[in-house]
Order: sequence, then structure tokens, then C-alpha cells
Amino acid sequence: MSKIKAENVNVYYGSKQALFDVSIDIAEKEVTALIGPSGCGKSTFLRCLNRMNDVIEICRVEGSIKMDNLELNSRKLDVVRLRENVGMVFQKPNPFPKTIYENVAYGPTIHGIAQSKEEMDQIVETSLKKAALWNEVKDRLDEIGTGLSGGQQQRLCIARAISVSPEVILMDEPCSALDPIATAQIEELIDDLKKEVTIVIVTHSMSQAARVSQKTGFFHLGKLIEFGPTDKIFKNPDNQQTQDYITGRFG
Amino acid sequence: MNLILVTFIILLAFTSYYFGRKKALVIQSSQRLTALPKFYGYYLAAWCAAPALIIFVLWSVFEPSIVKTFILQDYTDQNLTKNELQLIYTKVKALAVGTYTGNITNFLDESANKYIQLKGIANSAKVAIILAILIFSLSFAYRSVQKNDRMREPVEIFLKWVLFVASLGAVLVTIGIIFSLLFEAIRFFQAVKIFDFIFGTHWYPAKTFVRDGQPDPELMKDAFGAVPLFAGTFFIAFIAMCVAIPIGLLSGIYLSEYAGRGVRKYAKPIIEILAGIPTVVYGFFAALTVGPFVKEIGNAMGLEVSSESALAAGAVMGVMIIPFISSLSDDVITAVPQNLRDGSYAMGATKSETVKKVIFPAALPGIVGSILLAVSRAVGETMIVVMASGLAANLTMNPLESTSTITAQIVVILIGDQQFGDPKTQSAFALGISLFIVTLFLNVIALSVVKRYREKYE
Repeated sequence: MSKIKAENVNVYYGSKQALFDVSIDIAEKEVTALIGPSGCGKSTFLRCLNRMNDVIEICRVEGSIKMDNLELNSRKLDVVRLRENVGMVFQKPNPFPKTIYENVAYGPTIHGIAQSKEEMDQIVETSLKKAALWNEVKDRLDEIGTGLSGGQQQRLCIARAISVSPEVILMDEPCSALDPIATAQIEELIDDLKKEVTIVIVTHSMSQAARVSQKTGFFHLGKLIEFGPTDKIFKNPDNQQTQDYITGRFG
Repeated sequence: MNLILVTFIILLAFTSYYFGRKKALVIQSSQRLTALPKFYGYYLAAWCAAPALIIFVLWSVFEPSIVKTFILQDYTDQNLTKNELQLIYTKVKALAVGTYTGNITNFLDESANKYIQLKGIANSAKVAIILAILIFSLSFAYRSVQKNDRMREPVEIFLKWVLFVASLGAVLVTIGIIFSLLFEAIRFFQAVKIFDFIFGTHWYPAKTFVRDGQPDPELMKDAFGAVPLFAGTFFIAFIAMCVAIPIGLLSGIYLSEYAGRGVRKYAKPIIEILAGIPTVVYGFFAALTVGPFVKEIGNAMGLEVSSESALAAGAVMGVMIIPFISSLSDDVITAVPQNLRDGSYAMGATKSETVKKVIFPAALPGIVGSILLAVSRAVGETMIVVMASGLAANLTMNPLESTSTITAQIVVILIGDQQFGDPKTQSAFALGISLFIVTLFLNVIALSVVKRYREKYE
């Protein structure tokens, strides 16, 4: 079942075009990986899905992106509501300079989700458990989030993202700043999360894409070259460019 | 004479730089250099200039006192006091230069001749010694260059010492200022009890003025109470901060987070112009425009308002301080990493929520720093207070009355005629050092607060 349907998306930074006619169907409760060499537009596309490109003054998005038949690329869209539904995890772990508890409680607070302190405690605990961080931090929830290790910080960011129970989580190279052990933990986490959430992950690591995703899209120079089941993309791609990239001949 | 000598040393140093470098290029043709050719130049130049200049400075410092001792030797049998001796020496010097207008006694004339003679000897000796040192040190250095000794290390050590002397100078000047303040303040506290100074509530130093003779100790007790001045200082600073913190902070947040690139490009320099206006201009603006305006409004509301009011001075001072806070907090907020903003926006936070909950706390140490800088500016500000808030040291908490500050009173004490040994004059030093202690204390508190926040947020 399709969760997000993008049609003919074009993105411009000023006069420079970054994405060309990208059309893609992202299935519900699956992991979709976007791969491709640096500067190919995969992150730009990801940021269209929760309107993070709004933050960049010179950025302009054209085309249609529908999530459950709701047009995302519309002036009328309530961006706050959208971002409550579509969480995001960034390349570099970016916990707020607040306590671990406050980091996770941030989203529920601004969206008015918890009615009482007990409810908030419950949300924080569940989110941290889902992010596989609870056991490590349950005794020091009032310590500063930035004091954790890199991998823990990134899991804290994931806990923060899932605290508002989003339907979609976008991940922009979530493991590129982490060591192999932390990466393995995050990948395991992604596997667990996909039972409840639709995940779109941008990654530089092809092996990671092969490990965690069900569908893979290959971007090159702002175009979506090929999109299909991960198995097919990695074993028997239709396109020569995809074949070359997968086998490490460029990129 | 001195100017020619120094110019000569410096020119010689430049020449020896080129000479040293050239020599290095010659050495290069036969053997490997120990450093780049310019180090050979630096080495020669340093050996040329440094010893000669050091001797020159030391000579110039000690020469006058040595000459003075020689001259005053002739007067030792006359049983004169220190002040009288000083007076004689001044007369002798004036006579020697030809600016003396009083009676010329034989004795004085003789001393003046002796003075001229001594000066002449000293001058020739100075030139001779410095030339000798130049020749000696240059030939020593040149031999090193010829032997192709290691050049980098001595040059680096020399530079380290130059930097050390510069920092030492700064430290010594600071210490010197503190001690001169301290000594005069101690002399003041010999005349006035420290308790009366710190806890006294009347500041009226003019009434201790007595022609020829010691002022009445009873009067002294009641004339130098610094409480009204400290109260006035902090009161006016408080009014200024009430104006400057909200406006400065909010405009800083606007400029860094909300304003478009176009607005920021023009608005920021315009706000910073406020910091470039001389305080005197603010002063008469406060005295001639804001003061009467406040008085008029107050009168219209049936309040009694002095035309020189703490409110006018404080408000204008606040305007003066706005750019400090807005510009610094703008910089600090802009420096908050973009990924924190992204994280907050991606959670669905609005701009104001992001500013309030993420950016402001992250920037707080810097913001506190800028505010404390502004407070010390406000406490030390003089001109606006002198012009707009009057000179009468009233102990009041009514912003519509006139009051005075420590800095303004120092001005009052030190303008016009004053006698150095007078407690009235010395009280300026006592005020100065207490102001210094207060701001030092504020800074220490500020730094520890900032440090604690920083530990928490990094």
C-alpha cells in the first residue's frame, strides 16, 4: 500500500535545479532506501517530504507529493501538523542542550500530547524503550543529552522523533557519524520500527541499504535513475548506471 | 639627540637584516643553510637593535636621578627638607635651559653650570657606550652568521622574549594603576574612617574645605558617606538595563532569527551606529531633550519632577547600551548550530517555540555575557550622568529626582582647583578603587555563572 506518492517533483536552489521530475511511490510500513553519489539530490528529496526545505530561503519545490491523499507541496498545508506526522533524524546527532527527559518530551510538549506528568513519563519511557536506549539512561534522565556518546545521542534523536508517534520517519544518513557497533544498533532499531512506521532512509552505505531496506531508489545528478525492490536493485538492476554504482565503478 | 640615536639604531637594524640575508645567500653557495635566509637577517637585526635599545632605555631612565644626586650633593650641608631640595633642583634645571625668571644667586648659577656640564658628559658617554655596544654585538652576531650557526632557535627565543616583555608591560601597568589607587585610597582612609565611607549616607565633600589648616574631624565624619553614590550608580544602571535588555535582546533575536537577509544587512549597521555616538552627545541629548520632556509629562500628570532626573539619564544610557546587547546577542544566537534549529523544526516546532526552547537556552551563556558587559558599561558611564542627572548626591529611589553616581562625583571632585593632600581630592581615589572592586566582583560572578551554564550545555 502506498503511503507517499511523489509525482514530477522538481526542486530549485535559486536558479540551479537540484531535482528533475522525480516520481516515486513509498510503501507503508516498509523501509525505503535512497542511494546515490554525493550531491545527487537524495537528501533534497527527503527534505521535501516534511517540508524542511522551507527553512532554506532560496529553495523552490514544484510538483505533487501526496501523503494519504493529502497534498504536501501546498501553501495551505499545516506544516506543524505535517511534521508531527513525519519525523526526521539527521546525519549528525543533534540532541538539544537539555536533559535526556526534556529532549524526548520536547515534541509531546509542543503538540500538547500528554495531559499529565504521568502520561509524559510514560511517553518518554516508551519512546526511549522503542529507541533501545531506556536501559542505558533510565537512571540519568536528568543529565544533559549532549553528554551521551555519539550512538546514544543518535538513538536519543530517534526516541525524540518517535515520541509524537509519527507515521513516517525520515532518516538522513543517520549512521554516517557513528562507529560500526552503534551503526549495527541503529540498523536493528530500524528493523523493529518498520512494524509500526514507514521509514525513508538516505544512506551512503550500499551494504546498509541492502541490509535494512525493502525498496531502493538510485539517484544520480538530480534524477531518480531506478527504483524497485532492494533485491532486484542490488542483484539485477535494469539500468547500466545503477549497475556501475552498485558494483563500485563510480561514486 | 636621542631621536637621532634611536633612528640610527633602527636604520642600522634594517640594514643588518638585508646584510644578514645576503650573507646567507653567499653561504648557501658552499654549504647547506641552517635556516631560511631571512632568519640570518632577523638574527643580525635583533642583535643589532636589542642590546643597544635596552641600554638606551635604561640609561634614559636612570640618568636624571643620577644627575640630580650629583647636583644636590652641594646642598647636603644646608639641612634642607625633601621638598626644598626638589624646588632647588627644579630651579637649577630651569636656569640651565634658560626659562628661570627669579633671582639668580651665585650658588644657583654654579649649580646650573655644573648641571649643563654633567648633561654634556652624560650625553657623550651615552653615545659612546651605545656605539661600542653596537659594534660589539654586531661583530659577535656576524661571526655566528659566518660560522653558519643554527639561526632558527635564537630568533624564536628572541621573539618569545619580545612577546613576554609586551605582556609584562601590560601586566605591570595594570598593577601600577591598582597600587596608585590603593595608596591614595589608604591615605584617604587615614583621614576618614572606612566605616564612615562605606556606611555614611551623606556625600558632601565641599563642606570639608578649610582654608589653611586641618578640617574639623566632626565635619569629615559626615561628608564622605558613599552610600548615596553607590545607590545612585546602581539605580541609574538599573533604569538603563530596564531599557536596554528588553529592546536589545528582542532586536537581537529579530535580527538573527526573523529578519530577512536584506533587512539584516541594513538594520544591523544602523543599530551599531548607536554605539558610535560619543557619550557627550548622548549627555546633552539627555539634558536638553529627554530631561525637559520627562519633566513636562510628569508635571502634566501632577507629579513633581526635577529637570535633572535619574529617569532621563538612565533611559538615555539604556539607549546607548542597546547596540551592545543586540549586536552581541545577535552574534551569539547566529552562532547556535543550524542542526539544533533543524531538529526543532523537524519536530514540528514553530519559530517562536524554537527560539524560546532551543536557541535561547543554547545561547544563554553568551547572552548573559553580553548583558554583564553592558552592566559594567552602565556602571562606568560618566558623561550622561554628569549632564543629565545632576551632581547633588541625593539618596533617593525616586526616578524623577536627581541623583548622582560614583563616576560623576569623581569628575566633580577633580575639576577645578584642588590640593593633592586634601581628603576631598583623595576621596576620588577611594571612589575609584571601590568602583573597581565592585566591577571586578561583578565580573567574577558573571564569569562563574557563564562557566556553569557552559558546562551544562556543552
